[in-house]
Amino acid sequence: MTTETTKSIFWQGVRDGAPFVLVIVPFALLFGVVATEAGLNLVETMAFSVLVIAGAAQFTAVELLSKDAPAVIALVSALAVNLRMAMYSASLTPHLGAAPLWQRALAAYLTVDQTYACSILKYQNRPDWTARQKLGYFLAVAVPIVPLWYAFTLVGALVGSAMPAGLALDFAVPITFLAMVGPMLHTRAHLAAAVVSVTAALVFAFLPYNLGLLLAAVLAMMTGARVEVIEARRAARGEGA
Amino acid sequence: MIETGALWTVIGLLGVGTFGLRFVFTGLIGDRAMPAWVLRHLRYTAVAVLPGLVAPLVVWPEATGGQMDAPRMMAAAVTLGVGVGTRNVVLSICLGAATLYGALYLLG
Repeated sequence: MTTETTKSIFWQGVRDGAPFVLVIVPFALLFGVVATEAGLNLVETMAFSVLVIAGAAQFTAVELLSKDAPAVIALVSALAVNLRMAMYSASLTPHLGAAPLWQRALAAYLTVDQTYACSILKYQNRPDWTARQKLGYFLAVAVPIVPLWYAFTLVGALVGSAMPAGLALDFAVPITFLAMVGPMLHTRAHLAAAVVSVTAALVFAFLPYNLGLLLAAVLAMMTGARVEVIEARRAARGEGA
Repeated sequence: MIETGALWTVIGLLGVGTFGLRFVFTGLIGDRAMPAWVLRHLRYTAVAVLPGLVAPLVVWPEATGGQMDAPRMMAAAVTLGVGVGTRNVVLSICLGAATLYGALYLLG
């Protein structure tokens, strides 16, 4: 196998992150529009997108504040929406843990659904990469994503008009995520986890603050781990027979 | 009208809190070894979170007011199927989008 240069890994990351432009641009525009309509000025709107970079949580906070909810409720609800970031952090630790602290901090700041999903799919396929290579890839995936999040929040706040509904861009999020989930389903354990995740997320969708998703995620992780153990035992017995 | 003080408190604390959630494990654990059972659970984080995140958006799309919608279901099925079959992310996105627009045009 040829040794991959830092440069080639960088361009792989940028290329793999590029399709998410389709998700980030309309979502950021919409946040700019909604925040401006809720009465936030340009600095406040941009501060949200730069300090928080988490679309769903930003929408939650602005929506609750504009309905005169107490600040504590807005804060706690938005943080609950972001609790999955802690799961992402745990999942990235075996891959990025050996990198220097400031690089891990930078990666943490840039951890969003898209950078996480893209990187973890790559890491599954490239167990040979060093922590340095994995981190370089992670940062490269963020290059076409995070700056556009800032830029199009600004455009949305300035222009104040949403994307035309006829483009069905609401579905950019499901399509890009499903496209990444497909290649991850390479074992029975992964498949079982995904099925439990979908089922439980739908069953517990009535729970407030995104808690249904967290519950579904925990159940699905337990399922994946359990099936992995069962499969390993079965394989061991098969060899012994 | 949102009160400025409350707004900046929420922006600041949400920024700090979200960073904390993103940094809690990569930052504090670093390259210390984790027990095998923890690693075994973490291997399934992505397939445990992402399908659950997407499922309600597919079944009850906001754009249709939460009504089940054939073009969106078909697009989701094609995207996932192509992803499983080919492991090609970009091809899955392209065929999924083609299915969505094709079905919206034909059925919509």
